[in-house]
Amino acid sequence: MPLRLVFLGRLEDAAGMGATALDLPAPATLPEVLARLPAALAAALADPRLRLAVNGALLAADAKPLLADGDELAFLPPVSGG
Amino acid sequence: MACEASLAESAFDPSAEITRFTAAHALAGGIVSFIGQVRVGEGVEALELRHYAPLTLPGMVALAEATVTRWALDGLSIIHRSGVMLPGEPIVLVLAAARHRRDAFAAADYAMDHLKSESWFWKREKIAGIWRWIEPRAQDYADLARWDRSV
Repeated sequence: MPLRLVFLGRLEDAAGMGATALDLPAPATLPEVLARLPAALAAALADPRLRLAVNGALLAADAKPLLADGDELAFLPPVSGG
Repeated sequence: MACEASLAESAFDPSAEITRFTAAHALAGGIVSFIGQVRVGEGVEALELRHYAPLTLPGMVALAEATVTRWALDGLSIIHRSGVMLPGEPIVLVLAAARHRRDAFAAADYAMDHLKSESWFWKREKIAGIWRWIEPRAQDYADLARWDRSV
């Protein structure tokens, strides 16, 4: 099934892109997603300060999402606005 | 009570917004405005704010609604830029109108602390041609925490 990954802030530099597509068997867990990514990027995405959003909905800090067909998973580092 | 939040994808004119807002709140005894701008100097050539559309504007709207519930306001307006800005350009504008000034000052302060540390923006700056992401400062979190222990 196709998934879309979105990398915000400095994660865009770690990923070398703002977003990417991934194909995984359904349903997929976060560890399964990370296992498919380059080790350095997977390490950056394991930062406990990151928050996750699935299809634009923010997840609880300790959530363990089960991703479905077509889901968009966004990795959100600490924010810095204003 | 009227509150509005918007995400500006290109440069906006704070003076024009203040004029419009002031005219719309003739009954308010006081209007507080806060403008955040890209500072000139320190070698910063440009500033960029990125956002994540599904979260950023909805989060700003929720912040505006929380702010007007917390203080007695006649009106509140939040405008925040996204995209690339040059030194001297405005980044954010918060306007709070109230019958009495303390509510307006506190509301603008509250909204700004939450825009800096809780809203879905990521900031980077360009110095000597190199872009560098800005990490949130400890002071930003300390500013935010003030509101947890006060009314």
